[in-house]
Amino acid sequence: MRIGILCSRVRVEEKLLFEAFARLGVPVEQVDDRALAMRAGEGTPPVDLMLVRSISTVTGLAAALLLESAGARVINSYATASTCADKARTTVALAAAGIPQPVTEIALGPQAALDAIERIGYPAVLKPALGSWGRLLARVNDRDAAEAILEHKETLGGPHHQVFYVQEYISKPGRDIRAFVVGTETICAIYRSADHWITNTARGGRASNCPVTPEIDALCRQAALAVSGGAGGVLAIDLLEDPARGLLVCEVNHTMEFRNSIDTTGVNIPERIARYALAEMSVVA
Amino acid sequence: MNQVECVECGTTVSVPDNVMRGEILVCQDCGTELEVIELDPLTVDLAPLEMEDWGE
Repeated sequence: MRIGILCSRVRVEEKLLFEAFARLGVPVEQVDDRALAMRAGEGTPPVDLMLVRSISTVTGLAAALLLESAGARVINSYATASTCADKARTTVALAAAGIPQPVTEIALGPQAALDAIERIGYPAVLKPALGSWGRLLARVNDRDAAEAILEHKETLGGPHHQVFYVQEYISKPGRDIRAFVVGTETICAIYRSADHWITNTARGGRASNCPVTPEIDALCRQAALAVSGGAGGVLAIDLLEDPARGLLVCEVNHTMEFRNSIDTTGVNIPERIARYALAEMSVVA
Repeated sequence: MNQVECVECGTTVSVPDNVMRGEILVCQDCGTELEVIELDPLTVDLAPLEMEDWGE
């Protein structure tokens, strides 16, 4: 049984994962995604189980697809990762499962996007369907801003920006919630607080422990199952607290960072991930 | 602790003993991100710039 961690840049998270496997006495290979080349459906995968930790979403997806086609078990699976990587697909999967989320419209042209923003009302949020770390999020406060941003996206953006992901702005209490699901269990959660409306820790959001209430647990399990075809995985669920409707699922992340959440929650997230990976392959640590 | 030369400004950069291939070091003088591309001999190069699809 060979286990690998696919990465290019070794962040704190990858280092903690290597250390977690080492503490469990399980050797793990470091596989550089930039060195990977495979023929689809042919050959032997470099390992039997690969934990995909590519910093690039596009690279990680391609790797998962190729590795699975060669017979490897991949965490997260290509199906799960591709659903999470594309916010439009995530929204559709959550909607199909009846999971509460902010009102969202996906428009395929700038005029259609403007109409969608007007229907949703100001302020609205424009997000790239593919993207992270809070990059290129825009809170659109009025029609003038909407027209300017849409023109910029149409003129300067690449193909990904021709899909306009429009979402209602949730007047959250200066924070959102990031909950971690490993397998099908909600293992811990943090509040991400910020004075700015973008609360990503990559953008300066402060992490503090969020008790996993039965409501958070149930909603996160449902969301994890919805994006994974019922399989579960290693996922981070972003929740917003709406004053009227309660918790809403905003995003599901499939290659989450967790460095700010271990001491904060007291949960050894990398060890839980390592144990889950081993259990998936029926390896006793 | 090992040391390596910043490929941008030439400053000596300290490297932790448990450094891994693919790890990023930051030059204290010029702020450049350096990627460890070899452990033996210890070699760094300019780290790739952040791409639009990076991170979670």
